[in-house]
Amino acid sequence: MRRRLLLSVVAAIWLGGCGTEPWVKPYERGWLADPLMSVSRDPLSDKYLQHVHDVREGARGATVAEGGGCGCN
Amino acid sequence: MRMQLRTLGRALWLALAGLFAAPARGVLLPEDRADLLYHYYNGGGTRVNGPALLVRKGFGERVSAYASYFIDDVSCASIDVVTTASPFKEKRKEYGGGVDYLYRNTTVGVSALRSDEPDYVNNTFGATVAHDVLDGLTTISLGYSESRADVGKARTDFADHANRYQYKLGVSQVVTKSLLMNLNYEATLDDGYLQSPYRSARLLGLSVPEVYPRTRDSYAVAFGLVKGLGANDGQLKASAHLRYRYFWDNWNIRAHTVELGYASRIDDRWLVEPRYRYYRQSAASFYADNFTTQMVFMARDRELSDFSNNALGVKASYQLFNQRFNLSRVTLNVDYEFIRYSYNNFTDVRTGQLYVYNANVLQLFLSGWF
Repeated sequence: MRRRLLLSVVAAIWLGGCGTEPWVKPYERGWLADPLMSVSRDPLSDKYLQHVHDVREGARGATVAEGGGCGCN
Repeated sequence: MRMQLRTLGRALWLALAGLFAAPARGVLLPEDRADLLYHYYNGGGTRVNGPALLVRKGFGERVSAYASYFIDDVSCASIDVVTTASPFKEKRKEYGGGVDYLYRNTTVGVSALRSDEPDYVNNTFGATVAHDVLDGLTTISLGYSESRADVGKARTDFADHANRYQYKLGVSQVVTKSLLMNLNYEATLDDGYLQSPYRSARLLGLSVPEVYPRTRDSYAVAFGLVKGLGANDGQLKASAHLRYRYFWDNWNIRAHTVELGYASRIDDRWLVEPRYRYYRQSAASFYADNFTTQMVFMARDRELSDFSNNALGVKASYQLFNQRFNLSRVTLNVDYEFIRYSYNNFTDVRTGQLYVYNANVLQLFLSGWF
């Protein structure tokens, strides 16, 4: 039941998208491509900083970067 | 909950597989880019530094691959180490790689990562799918990764393992021509040996072995905004970043993270970005600074205690040149962060006071686009 509901929601978003006029036109998207608008402008640097935080905090996940190892305390 | 997550994961993969038939739009692969970085961390008696490298290159119009290499040279005399063991030095090496494939308005990626320490070897494999809908205004992404770690203890024959399964769901939304919004959810399920073989708990002031549960289920939801500000000759002058994350797990830890940033283009060459980060968490249900009675699970890991930290950082990027030596541009970057950790229930046994320490985090890196 839950699976069917989820499939329906995703399908509805997709099919809905086909018929929707974009409210930001392709020629209006110059600023969105600017590096200043990037969520993670420097992936390697962001991944390192995330690692620094992750190994010293209890929380993890839903970040813009990923890391590995157990870290030193 | 674990079974529900696996069912949910399968259903979402199936749904996304169906989206491959959608009409072509303007999804792009990541830029061709190389980064060479030196990092330095110093705080709480621990010093970690080393180089890192990330190279990403496209092959044709549909494929982009990357390789990464990362070294941590660790010199550790942290409070845990100096109060219960001897300071040590070790090296962690991390090798990563991945390939992304673009098909119409969908990208599919696979990645692998290996992290190697003398007493901890971790292998991770991951897969992601990202799909554009609403004429490229909305991007839905799914990710799954699985890690297997072999845990050891130096100079002993202790051996155990730890597994991690991560499920990620993300939505990125163009709201206006200068406002982006994103929502991320991640479930992380762990099983196996989840503690450190070196650390001990305190029972009536005496050192006793720590015992953790062998499973942990954790969840995080994050909401972010990026707003472009001002324009000069059609180019943005600045952007403001805001991100909030709420975290919870079945060890009873609850955490809030708030991040604020302001990136400003000073001129054609300089980009400066000050930022602030606040983090606060509650303690795990089996954490105690000093147990008064023997419990089934006992921990005195300060990462599981009630604490907060404040971080102030700044990143400055300087464009060295553009359109030379077959490179479209090269930047030199410096990033510094100051972090203050304040523990509300973790005593520094050397002084009898609650533990507080400062950390300095420095990065120097060169980035080239080709």
